[in-house]
Amino acid sequence: MANVYETVIGLEVHVELATQTKIFCGCSTAFGGAPNTHTCPVCTGMPGTLPVLNRQVVEHAIAVGLATNCSIAAHCRFDRKNYFYPDNPQNYQISQLYQPICRDGYVEIDVQTPEGDRRDAAETDNRKRVRIHEIHMEEDAGKLIHDGESGRSLVDYNRAGVPLIEIVSEPDMRSAEEVIAYLEKLRTTIQYLGASDCKLQEGSMRADVNLSVREVGVQTLGTRTEMKNLNSFHAIRNAIAGERERQIRLLEAGEQVVQETRRWDDAKGVSYSMRSKEDAQDYRYFPEPDLAPLHIDDTWIAQIRARQPELREARMERYQRTYALPMYDIRLLTDSKQLSDLFEETVACGAQPKKVSNWLMGEALRLLRERDMDPEEICFTPEHLAALIGLVEQKEITNTVAKEVFAVMFTQGVDPRRYVEENGLKTLQDADALRRVAAQVLADNPQSVADYRNGKEKAISFLVGQTMKAMKGQADPLKVREILQSML
Amino acid sequence: MITDETIAKIALLAKLELSETEREQAKQDMRKMLGYIDLMNELDTAETEPMSHVFSAENVFREDVVVNGDMREEMLANAQLVKDGMFVVPQTFEG
Repeated sequence: MANVYETVIGLEVHVELATQTKIFCGCSTAFGGAPNTHTCPVCTGMPGTLPVLNRQVVEHAIAVGLATNCSIAAHCRFDRKNYFYPDNPQNYQISQLYQPICRDGYVEIDVQTPEGDRRDAAETDNRKRVRIHEIHMEEDAGKLIHDGESGRSLVDYNRAGVPLIEIVSEPDMRSAEEVIAYLEKLRTTIQYLGASDCKLQEGSMRADVNLSVREVGVQTLGTRTEMKNLNSFHAIRNAIAGERERQIRLLEAGEQVVQETRRWDDAKGVSYSMRSKEDAQDYRYFPEPDLAPLHIDDTWIAQIRARQPELREARMERYQRTYALPMYDIRLLTDSKQLSDLFEETVACGAQPKKVSNWLMGEALRLLRERDMDPEEICFTPEHLAALIGLVEQKEITNTVAKEVFAVMFTQGVDPRRYVEENGLKTLQDADALRRVAAQVLADNPQSVADYRNGKEKAISFLVGQTMKAMKGQADPLKVREILQSML
Repeated sequence: MITDETIAKIALLAKLELSETEREQAKQDMRKMLGYIDLMNELDTAETEPMSHVFSAENVFREDVVVNGDMREEMLANAQLVKDGMFVVPQTFEG
């Protein structure tokens, strides 16, 4: 009988904060600038320079701490973490080891029980608490680019000094599903706060996975490894499965798991040890002498608390109360703050909530997926979506036409009324004209006409389709059916 | 206790190559430093708050406003080698 193993996972999540400037200097944090154009003597580690802390970084960190039920330290300070690597021009990273800004928090995640393991079919969700050990502030490192031509590396320090918070969880997760639910929870919370855009692909949210396995029932933790380079939920899922298997294989073979950092290669589906040869990491932390300590008093915390926007859970409850939408809609809409803001603004323009929700969940999400876009890249305004819904309601255009118009609005932000007008897409209301087209369709399809008259009722659907096609979708299908029936 | 191994490890961490004389000198210096700290440890600090900063300044901030423009040329002026607007360094383990 094989041993049954449990996976124990803790996460270190780095989040790039949404500030205009870097954490210790007035350089821009804008993404995508030409290499080294956002650098100065401070963030390139020139001797004799002095870092000065960006107030907004502290406020974002406190806001995230409050939203994740942490206690905010009344006193905290920065420390130097010493290491030599070319992405770090100072040869130390300014971070917080001894007195992080937030401690002892938690978030609640909804975990879907795996199908086979469901005791009660009605009980699909379990609420679980993942504890947060601490959140600290630190600076990001520069970017290294391999230069194949010279066999050397090139360094761009635009990202050096971009503010980060690192959110360290307790080892409370037991599966990839829980890890992803936790990350989703952090992502939506931080996005709602406006503290970061949290994009895994672009690296503004990065997760390192600490994983160990142990036999079910054992209380002590096994030896863990830390996995890096996980830049999609897909990679995280694969890396967890791969590492769990690797560790179990070692244990079953009577070997030991070595505590080390490993790099996940998602394309190959394997991880590699990143252990350097002789020197075990020794960061020789010490208090950062160039930055004054922080004193965060209750007044400041209260001010930030008072400014906290509505978070996802509160918004979900409000949607239930205010809009009477199905839970399914509410979940999808509020998954993205942008999408749910758009929803509310469109409803505020007078559109019916369920109709708005249908457009956003259906067409908008489909187009976003199809084009691999983020909700913030949507071009249309709430007014335009409300106008489009109005056009359909007043039967000025058909659903088919509306979908076409929506796709154009989606990328070009056109006014649907004008677009419909200019492209002659209005539903033909002229019954005589409709009758003329219908007569032609009947004349062209004698077989279907005969089928219908012989009692094959379905044949009319084909005729409706043909008429709609001849009308280029600009007719009301119900009306077309009516006319055809009257003519048959 | 500062041994030859301590010196070797610290030199490695600091990326320093020390000559025999320098190693010996460093060992003596560090012993003196530790000796001084031992001396301070004799003081009774039970009632004293640990201190990390000499000055009492707290909460020194800048506002989140971009004040720096493009200083790339000046920043690269100190580089030994430059390519495509970037610092050239020996190849690293990974990109």
